Amino acid sequence: MNYNEKKATRQSYGEELAEIGIDENVVVLDADLSSATKTNIFAKKYPNRFFDVGIAEQNMMSMAAGLATCGKIPYASTFAIFAAGRAYDQIRNSICYPNLNVKICATHAGVTVGEDGATHQMLEDLSLMRTLPNMTVMCTSDDTQTKWAVRKIKEINGPVYLRLCRLSTPKIYEEENFEIGKGIQIGDGTDATVIATGVTVSEAIKAMEELKERGINIRVIDMHTIKPIDKDIIIKSAKETKKIITVEDHNIIGGLGGAVCEVLCQEYPTKVIRMGINDSFGISGNAEELLKYFKIDKDSIIENIIKE
Amino acid sequence: MEEELKEIARKIRINIVKQVYLARSGHPGGSLSIADILAVLYFKEMNVDSANPKMEDRDRLVLSKGHCAPALYATLALKGFFDIKELDKFRKVGSILQGHPDMKKIPGIDMTTGSLGQGLSAANGMAIAGKLDNKNYRVYAILGDGEIEEGQIWEAAMASSKYKLDNLCVFVDNNNLQIDGTIDKVINPYPIDKKFENFGFNVININGHEIKEIEDALNRAKECKGKPTAIIAKTIKGKGVSFMENKVEWHGKAPNEEEYKLAIQELGGNENEL
Repeated sequence: MNYNEKKATRQSYGEELAEIGIDENVVVLDADLSSATKTNIFAKKYPNRFFDVGIAEQNMMSMAAGLATCGKIPYASTFAIFAAGRAYDQIRNSICYPNLNVKICATHAGVTVGEDGATHQMLEDLSLMRTLPNMTVMCTSDDTQTKWAVRKIKEINGPVYLRLCRLSTPKIYEEENFEIGKGIQIGDGTDATVIATGVTVSEAIKAMEELKERGINIRVIDMHTIKPIDKDIIIKSAKETKKIITVEDHNIIGGLGGAVCEVLCQEYPTKVIRMGINDSFGISGNAEELLKYFKIDKDSIIENIIKE
Repeated sequence: MEEELKEIARKIRINIVKQVYLARSGHPGGSLSIADILAVLYFKEMNVDSANPKMEDRDRLVLSKGHCAPALYATLALKGFFDIKELDKFRKVGSILQGHPDMKKIPGIDMTTGSLGQGLSAANGMAIAGKLDNKNYRVYAILGDGEIEEGQIWEAAMASSKYKLDNLCVFVDNNNLQIDGTIDKVINPYPIDKKFENFGFNVININGHEIKEIEDALNRAKECKGKPTAIIAKTIKGKGVSFMENKVEWHGKAPNEEEYKLAIQELGGNENEL
């Protein structure tokens, strides 16, 4: 992991989107947030295929659906709160039910939005999106993985929700060795497994490195695909390690922790410690400080592993 | 032609009533009010091919007021998109004919609808795609007058106008009734024409049961360049069945056997048509 090379996944998204624009079927929609979601890079390069619909997320989602019926591959972006939250019914009825080829790339997810506070900190999107039939749900952790995902989801013929973040996080991967629906195991310790997604993956890796110095060997699983979830890697880790911890910048209800528990309770009953936002709304503050405040940072992960 | 279209509209109406009767549920009132519009669109105006429902260059229609599916299903069946006998299975387990239009199950349905307010946005997307691909197809959307109370309609209207979608033509089925009463009493979206005008539409007011007026409006819509058209069609909810006309209780209710027979009789139906 390269601690010096930091980038927010929204930035990686914007950069890669401009690359895949070479495919003329790719169209991009935004709702007055293109400078924040970074779709403005695409807009500059391909102005005739960029549609800023104004502050009207519901129209944006259904319009994307209409474009998809005509063979276009729409990437629709806004903040996660306005995508999965405000336009939920449009995503459900106009996109997922008819299984239309719309890529919802939602930035500014989680408490790591920071200073804007609770109204803008989407903590329920993984939960809302993964209960929708036909939907693929992803949450990427670094620049390399995000760029891969932005390109790869174009090949899925159906709706995708890609959760992206505002906070800059370290570069984890040098090579693109990913597969949709397959978690990535980092390290092979057997004392514990920490399953993380998005911004918490680098925190988990930092915890793993620090614990190693103390003689505790854990492994980290980067669960970049929340749906379909990688059952095999979860069950394998439950069998091979003493404990399972999930950590996410999301409500502990219904997100990554929920998805992991659903697998284990049926396939291999195991105690799971779910770290995340404990059924509350967020608060304003610096993003790094909020990771600590909500106990989803490196130190809190270490604390939880040592305590158990 | 006008007489032929009137006859088709009559057959659409018979099949609306029959579907709702056999399903013992559904929405006859608002279906009957759009029968004439659908007859003109599918049997005169639109470039569609029942043998090739997904034809790339076809004209498209989004029934944004998706609960009036019986009207569209009857139209598509009469046009040959699927076996007319399928109408008897409307809303039943195993039928392609879902309670609301489903583009994945039903040949000829261009967009899945049902949750009100979303169809105009989808039509926008189709119209934009047409422009991007330099295609000449036209996109139609049928909205309910109660439906335009949904805020998304106006989000969509701004977009139709911004992108100068002159290949888009919207019908507002102004039958003046919604579930809780007359639309002016419930929340009052009037004046509908002025609203669309202010949102940048070319607006045409017509009697939505006059074939000639519908045809003329469609021609004027095609001639209008640089902006979308909204045709505000004054209609009668339940049109064609005396005891259903202008009666809000027939928004979403099935007739009993006696009412069914009477309705079919009023629509000039005979044994062969049932």
